[in-house]
Amino acid sequence: MTADTPPASDSALPPQSPDVLVELRGVTCGYGDRVILSDINLVVPRGKLVALMGTSGGGKTTVLRLIGRQLSPIKGQVLINGVDIGTLDAAGLMAARRRMGMLFQFGALFTDLSVFENVAFPLREHTRLPESIVRDLVLMKLNAVGLRGARDLMPSEISGGMSRRVALARAMALDPELMLYDEPFAGLDPISMGVAARLIRELNDTMGLTSVLVSHDVDESFLIADHVVLLANGRIAAQGTPAELRASEDPLVKQFVTAAPDGPVRFHHPAVDAGQDYGVRG
Amino acid sequence: MMKAWSPANVGYALRGKIADVGYGTRLFLRLLGSLLPTLKRGRLLSEQIHFLGNHSLAIITVSGLFVGFVLSLQGYYILQRYGSSEALGLMVALSLVRELGPVVAALLFAGRAGTSLTAGIGLMKAGEQLAAMEMMAVDPIQRVLAPRFWGGVIAMPLLAAVFSAVGIFGGWVVGVIMIGVDSGAFWSQMQGGVDVWYDVGNGLIKSVVFGLTVTFVALLQGFECQPTPEGVSRATTRTVVVASLAVLALDFVLTAMMFSV
Repeated sequence: MTADTPPASDSALPPQSPDVLVELRGVTCGYGDRVILSDINLVVPRGKLVALMGTSGGGKTTVLRLIGRQLSPIKGQVLINGVDIGTLDAAGLMAARRRMGMLFQFGALFTDLSVFENVAFPLREHTRLPESIVRDLVLMKLNAVGLRGARDLMPSEISGGMSRRVALARAMALDPELMLYDEPFAGLDPISMGVAARLIRELNDTMGLTSVLVSHDVDESFLIADHVVLLANGRIAAQGTPAELRASEDPLVKQFVTAAPDGPVRFHHPAVDAGQDYGVRG
Repeated sequence: MMKAWSPANVGYALRGKIADVGYGTRLFLRLLGSLLPTLKRGRLLSEQIHFLGNHSLAIITVSGLFVGFVLSLQGYYILQRYGSSEALGLMVALSLVRELGPVVAALLFAGRAGTSLTAGIGLMKAGEQLAAMEMMAVDPIQRVLAPRFWGGVIAMPLLAAVFSAVGIFGGWVVGVIMIGVDSGAFWSQMQGGVDVWYDVGNGLIKSVVFGLTVTFVALLQGFECQPTPEGVSRATTRTVVVASLAVLALDFVLTAMMFSV
């Protein structure tokens, strides 16, 4: 499986295949002078769960922020359903975002609203549904993540794993076609992590979603992803199915998959020669 | 480390400041333009008026009472030198309605409500709640900032009025009950000497302007802060400093303008 497409020229876009939902074409992105991503080509097929993995600061979250256009690329295009979201006006962007759900790293629940009101928030903001239907929809979404019984609690009263699940219910409230997960496993205990991973996979399949998962948790991500993209130093270092990556002989992939402390990614931060630093003359 | 005073650095800093002013102005205009949509969502607005107004009532009434006490004592001390201590009620009322009510209430409002606005918005930003809202296609300026802005603008004149009323009561307690100024003179001088438009009206205009200023400064600082614990605490401090100085400076400008017309 190859997810790379040839770099496209700005003037004539080759038509996007209908089974591709999200595509990054020659995307370069950075903050100030620092380049985070350089010339990334990435395809997310419809209905699949694609995991973006890599070292911390490797640009994984930046890809999610690009897809939601919370950030604009310096160069290149981000296409969703074949539309370059960089060209959308404010109303178009809002419409595009309504069809995305994003799960933030720590849930990002509204701390002044109860669990129920958090999930009801997108429904109340974007629809004029009567209260009884809002209630039923919210309880259905909460039931899907196993938290129907926690509806009256405040975000400060629930655990990190539960917050993540409430946030997941909230992200799905408007039945999006694309789900973006930013480090959904960070800081979770093994049980909550297993629950979260199973939920993400199940929701992807039962609701017909397409998912982009950003994580550095190898075991959980390899378990549920259809396709894994390994980002390192702002570039795609490797990609393939989990089995392909596990079998890879590439030293960087090997280091990442086996969690070896030293390899192409160095244990030591660049420094002057140790002998010189300690004042030892060799 | 001090930066060198090269023309490039000065230009860079100046450009940054101009960009900040432009950003602030645009946000202010957007908030002013959000009045109608905010009024349509009455529940959000009334929640904020309650949060900003009612929760500031304790500090406003207690401060107003003590300011009234002191004003009456000092006023009596000055007035009785000229044998006109029966004008005490007029003096207390004019000082409060024209000046102390709006100004002191605004300073207290900046400390009590402004800081909580800044910290609240800053923490929402730090917790990615504002980003989450954007990703749900909800504009945080409309949904979060606008109700708080108009809530503050409405609450501020009401708090200033409460401050003045309680202050006059405090002045009456000290002047009439403790010192023994004639009660009839106290009230009738006040009734005859305080003009509804020139005195109460000017005070009202001041308190509305201060409400706009303090609330906007608090929201801007919260919205623009670094989303870290350190950034939020710095923004909260800046809210008090900037809002207080702005209130005092604007008070001078407004008073000068009101005397000239």
